[in-house]
Amino acid sequence: MSWRTIAWRKTLESTLIPFGAILVGLLLFGVFCAVAGANPFAVYGSIWKSAFGKWSTFQNTLIRAAPLMLSALCTALPARLGLVIIGNEGALVMGGLAAVSIGLAIGTAAPPLMVQIAMGLAGMAAGGIWIAFAGALRHYRAVNETISSLLLNYIAIALLNHLVGGPMRDPSSLNKPSSYPLAAVNMLGTIPGTRVHWGLVYGLIACIIAYVLIQRTTFGFAARTAGGNIRAARIAGLPVGQLTLIICFLAGSCAGLAGMVEVAAVQGSVNESLNVGYGYGGILVAFAARHNPIAAIFMALLVGGILASGGSLQRTHGLPDATVLVFQGLVFLVVLYSDSLYGRFSFFKEKPQLVAPPSPPPSPGQESVIVS
Amino acid sequence: MAAETTALGWWGVLLAIVAGTMRGGTPFLFVSLGECLTEKSGKINLGLEGTLLTGAMTAYAISYLTGSPWLGVLMAGLAGLMLGAIHGWLSQQPRVNDVAVGIAMIVFGSGIAFFLGKPFIQPSAPQLPTINLSNAAMPPALQAALQISPLFLLGLGIAPLMSWFFRSTRWGLYIRAVGDSPDAARAMGVSIFKVRLLSVMIGSFLAGIGGASLSLYYPGVWTERISSGQGLMAVALVIFAGWKPVQCLWASLLFGGAQALGPALQSVGIQEGYYLFNAAPYILTLLIMILTCSPKRTLSGVPGALGTDN
Repeated sequence: MSWRTIAWRKTLESTLIPFGAILVGLLLFGVFCAVAGANPFAVYGSIWKSAFGKWSTFQNTLIRAAPLMLSALCTALPARLGLVIIGNEGALVMGGLAAVSIGLAIGTAAPPLMVQIAMGLAGMAAGGIWIAFAGALRHYRAVNETISSLLLNYIAIALLNHLVGGPMRDPSSLNKPSSYPLAAVNMLGTIPGTRVHWGLVYGLIACIIAYVLIQRTTFGFAARTAGGNIRAARIAGLPVGQLTLIICFLAGSCAGLAGMVEVAAVQGSVNESLNVGYGYGGILVAFAARHNPIAAIFMALLVGGILASGGSLQRTHGLPDATVLVFQGLVFLVVLYSDSLYGRFSFFKEKPQLVAPPSPPPSPGQESVIVS
Repeated sequence: MAAETTALGWWGVLLAIVAGTMRGGTPFLFVSLGECLTEKSGKINLGLEGTLLTGAMTAYAISYLTGSPWLGVLMAGLAGLMLGAIHGWLSQQPRVNDVAVGIAMIVFGSGIAFFLGKPFIQPSAPQLPTINLSNAAMPPALQAALQISPLFLLGLGIAPLMSWFFRSTRWGLYIRAVGDSPDAARAMGVSIFKVRLLSVMIGSFLAGIGGASLSLYYPGVWTERISSGQGLMAVALVIFAGWKPVQCLWASLLFGGAQALGPALQSVGIQEGYYLFNAAPYILTLLIMILTCSPKRTLSGVPGALGTDN
């Protein structure tokens, strides 16, 4: 009971610092807009309106947040093990490719729900294997996982272009090579009463499962221990290799599921639109959320909102579409900087609490009695 | 050009690869030298992709506005220097991960480049002059291959110079000390913060010039898709080169050549696997890392403080 009363200052710190950082990011962006000749307050108004203001527009934010949540887990989960994985884009692409392959292979031979489940599983398996490969290289060959997962991104994108431009190409897609489209009945539906597809629910569930897995299970405890000190974990007999492979597989399968959601709910087929930046966006979400899956939900909403406001900035303020990139970059630079502020403000320091007097140490005589 | 290459047959393929090696290798050369300098000081700069794009845009815009491509090259370097200052300062704050800062800098740098570069997509800017080693009697494909950029020659000079700098100068020693063993550097009385900040900044200056070679030499235009990930590849290239500047030169040529392989084969009618050939450099790097890494020892030449918190 007592730790709850003690920890409020820490909780306040970990809430106020990210929010303060986002405010400072907004301020810097306002300065940037003013220099570029737009009225910053009008720009803030447009962003708010087109991202969060109305239910009809907030749905656009939710649609973009769904793949970001899933993709963020691809970085956040391995981070708890001390690994910096940035292969989100590659796992997402592989997931999308696998999902469409299965979806096209089954076609309408099975009920839509079965097809969707098969596509989801295929996406998860493909993404999972992709990142588990980076994990295996790390464990068995000591290949830096950041670099290998980065290279795997490029290999996945090349594979996508190869398959979409050749073996899987729908001849009727002229300007932008695409695969054959999925059958309409096999597409993921929307949540009743909204335009938001079920991918959002997948994202929320995945984030909650990830949180419980890492914070509330022995498996998660083992992973965090190994992330804190790998030698201590080895000495304690933890199966570090197994942990690495399993965590990397789970991480990749989340990004793979994001790819499946994108093709089965938004694109309908697989083409180069699949790598529109949800991969790198997910990395930013993970770091900004400090690798906490629940915080990642909110960060994904924020980034989804920024992405959703791009069109309106272009239309109403004549700002180029790259404005959202500048905004996103500024916010994340400030959020990353804010990580260094923890513990710098004395207000958030826990005051020494009165503790119960320690029970008197047992006298040597008693101890020997116990021993004998 | 494509027709000429077809006429030359397989010699044309070889020639196209040689030409592509020098043209495509130039940006690789500058970003990898920049990344090499940065990593020698113990920090990773993944944000060179953003720096490259900003450099390409700045060089093109300045060249268009002033008519002087060389001023464009200089300003591209300075633009890189400024992005490097942000990265160098931010990535040295406590608990701030340099990989994460790098990714934020990719977003920020490419955002700045696309934002400011929007008006310059249409107009054509004066290009850097090239040094022509061919004569009119040669077949056109050969002539095109022998148009050598002064920037390529500049990079060719910087690689051994940087190698000498690390080996034989006091400042080179400081950088190596800070990168290998920050504690020893601190004992020497070297400011780790300043050395790393300067290394990241000058590394980004070089990457900015790499961007200039994209927009003012080859392909010689400014579009939002001008970089095909050369900035991100820099990190892999430096590993491939074992953190040695002269090896960076060979690695850049190899990667430039591998990049030219796909289009060159396409020009003789081999369409199959075009994109897979594009992936050749990445697969090659991965294979080399798998073969050279081992859990029993660290890579030779890796700066000791790389990827650690101090």
